[in-house]
Amino acid sequence: MAIDMRQFHQTFFEESFEGLTVMEAELLRLERTASANGHDTVSADPEILNTIFRSAHSIKGGSSTFGFSDVAAFAHVLESRLDALRDGRSLPDRRVVGLLLLAVDCLRSLIIAAKTGKQSDQGAIEAVRLQFEKLGSESAALPVTGKTSTQPRASATTHWRILFRPNPKMFHTGNDPLRIFRELSGLGKMKTTVDISGLPSWEQLNPEECYLSWNSELVGSVAREAIADVFSWVLDDCRLEIISNTMPVPTLSQRSVAEAVASIDAHTDTLRVSVPKVDALINTVGELVITQTMLSQLTANFTFDNLSKLFAGLEQLERNTRELQESVMRIRMLPLSFAFNRLPRLVHDMSQKLDKKVDLIISGEQTEIDKTVIDRLIDPLLHLVRNSLDHGIEPPAERIAAGKPQTGTIELKAYQKSGNVIIEIRDDGRGLRHDRIFDKAVEQGLIPADAKLSPDEIYELIFLPGFSTAVTVSDISGRGVGMDVVRSNIHSLGGNVEITSQAGQGTCFIVRLPLTLAILDGLSLQVGTHTYILPLVSIVESVRIVPDQVSRPAGGVELYGLRKEYLPLLRLSDLFHVMPRSTDLTQGLLVIVEADGKKAGLYVDDLLGQQQVVIKSLETHYRKVDGISAATILGDGTVAMILDVTGLIRMAHAGATRLTPASHGRIQDTGRHTGNMTPTIN
Amino acid sequence: MATILTVDDTASMRQMISFTLHSVGHEVIQASDGQEALKVIEGKKVDLVIADINMPNMDGITLLKSLRALADYKFTPILMLTTESQDAKRQQGKVAGATGWIVKPFNPEQLLNVVKKVLG
Repeated sequence: MAIDMRQFHQTFFEESFEGLTVMEAELLRLERTASANGHDTVSADPEILNTIFRSAHSIKGGSSTFGFSDVAAFAHVLESRLDALRDGRSLPDRRVVGLLLLAVDCLRSLIIAAKTGKQSDQGAIEAVRLQFEKLGSESAALPVTGKTSTQPRASATTHWRILFRPNPKMFHTGNDPLRIFRELSGLGKMKTTVDISGLPSWEQLNPEECYLSWNSELVGSVAREAIADVFSWVLDDCRLEIISNTMPVPTLSQRSVAEAVASIDAHTDTLRVSVPKVDALINTVGELVITQTMLSQLTANFTFDNLSKLFAGLEQLERNTRELQESVMRIRMLPLSFAFNRLPRLVHDMSQKLDKKVDLIISGEQTEIDKTVIDRLIDPLLHLVRNSLDHGIEPPAERIAAGKPQTGTIELKAYQKSGNVIIEIRDDGRGLRHDRIFDKAVEQGLIPADAKLSPDEIYELIFLPGFSTAVTVSDISGRGVGMDVVRSNIHSLGGNVEITSQAGQGTCFIVRLPLTLAILDGLSLQVGTHTYILPLVSIVESVRIVPDQVSRPAGGVELYGLRKEYLPLLRLSDLFHVMPRSTDLTQGLLVIVEADGKKAGLYVDDLLGQQQVVIKSLETHYRKVDGISAATILGDGTVAMILDVTGLIRMAHAGATRLTPASHGRIQDTGRHTGNMTPTIN
Repeated sequence: MATILTVDDTASMRQMISFTLHSVGHEVIQASDGQEALKVIEGKKVDLVIADINMPNMDGITLLKSLRALADYKFTPILMLTTESQDAKRQQGKVAGATGWIVKPFNPEQLLNVVKKVLG
């Protein structure tokens, strides 16, 4: 029977990585208990140790079963140590926990090596293994390389006599003498007699107990071990004698070495979906089928009397479709804990390196978000937390001097808010110092020395590409390297980052992300005969144009004055070379959009309405076009372009920069009016 | 063919075991820990139980004791998955009423041999 074990590898890798994450989290918990009681020894909660042990044990079992012997060998080292801790044979202290954390890293790199077929860093792994040996882990040097299989050497035909007297309770373990004899008879020619002398009288007989014993004779070329093996499960529950007429030939057990065949399978991305989500999906499909049946019955003998029923049916179809769409989208949703899991370890390692004391508080990690977003969110998130730790949180002495508790806090909070997922990274550190950021930006020639900037605009400076790289970590209390990369990563996910900060009190980064990358809430607009989609999140409001407010300073860019603020006015018809319905500004509408704290007005013919669109990549089908982020297909089958607001604003401001620094000014009273806008339908 | 319950907290082991048993025509019920196992067999009778020892929520030994306490499972063969280093666990399992054990690591062939030994 040949079963290809490789088909189980993907699952094994996935659950192993999950197991490692669990181990890491629990080890960090162990260590925290140590910090809490102020001692070096760790008060070991048996349940924590059990959980860690179970993960190591599962990885060991799986890796040996699936032939990853070096993973199994290392997991064995880890497991033995954990077993000793669990049994109380040795006590966990911080050093051991630290070593176990290192071992988790080694195990992870070994599993990655097994998965990709690449070499792992043998030197580092060996070093950790040696440290374990030093700890006195008795079995560390004993790798499990596979199962010891007993291969009885064929001996000369032997005549065996077997006496088998089970304990009365044998049935209670689910064992059955019949099975044993069936197996025994497969070994050679067998003759058995039953001894019924143990049977009690009828009244005393308990049908659940075994009173019989057996005398067997077995002839065949069979070793004693093979016979004993048949009885191996009941050895403690019976009296067994195996007597030979001839001397048995000594047998040798051969150690078979499991071959580690690293799979070099192409990496296939899989998604684990919880059963309730699939159930919900199936449920919705059921509803859809019912609706479809109803509609086809209705239309088969359609009369106009049934028109209202038809409309009701179509409404139901719409509801079902929406529900189906939501259920399908939900399948791609994963809890943010997948990204957050990495952070406790980072904070642990970094705070030790920096000699800072930090508590990481995570909440809302069950908030779900699209898998693609999670995958691409991890790096920016690590970066932001690293920044808070490095630049935000002060060393203990400085904190005490500032009258703060010695241990700093970094709070990571996720929640859902109106179609977005919000992640806040808040620290209680020293906060951003406006003057220093300002000076630094002037020093680097990013802004003129006499620029007047609002706090928000000063924070914006941090995200400028040139800003951070030249700043050395110790030089400034601002945020460090590569914030521009963080922001562009988050932008590429369709989200944005904001900063709030209070000197001496701390800083908060607020990351806003769309729930999914596949569907967009948009507003469709008309320009000439074309329809464009504008992402709803970037719309501030839309206004009828008052001709007096339009100015055209020298340079050619039109500006629109809206409540003391001048916004560059961008005619989409000019930009995309389409014929507008009218070039007279009063005939159309101005849609005010905002991205990265900058605004612009887009002149369009008309607003058609709010709708959800499915995003289709333009780059895969055509090429990148300035001002357009993607495309979609509308209900009538036509293709509509989705506007790239960030790009459009950049283009608009590129034309307007020379003109008005004042146009950057923010206004306080604009809310988002898109919600109560009444679209006109063509 | 027989109905077999496999209880293991690692999905890859469950997959491997049930795929192997399916391939020779057995029906397989899966559970990821002792608690789930007790839930899925409620009102059902299976011909064989193969259970891991180390599991969250309810471990294999406790599951074993709970099964033996059920009238339907008093004599049902129950095999424990153990590793070579787990002699003590094996003893505990025996005392709790395990029929036998399968030593990890094992390959599909070895699994089928043991199952054949029990089911005939």
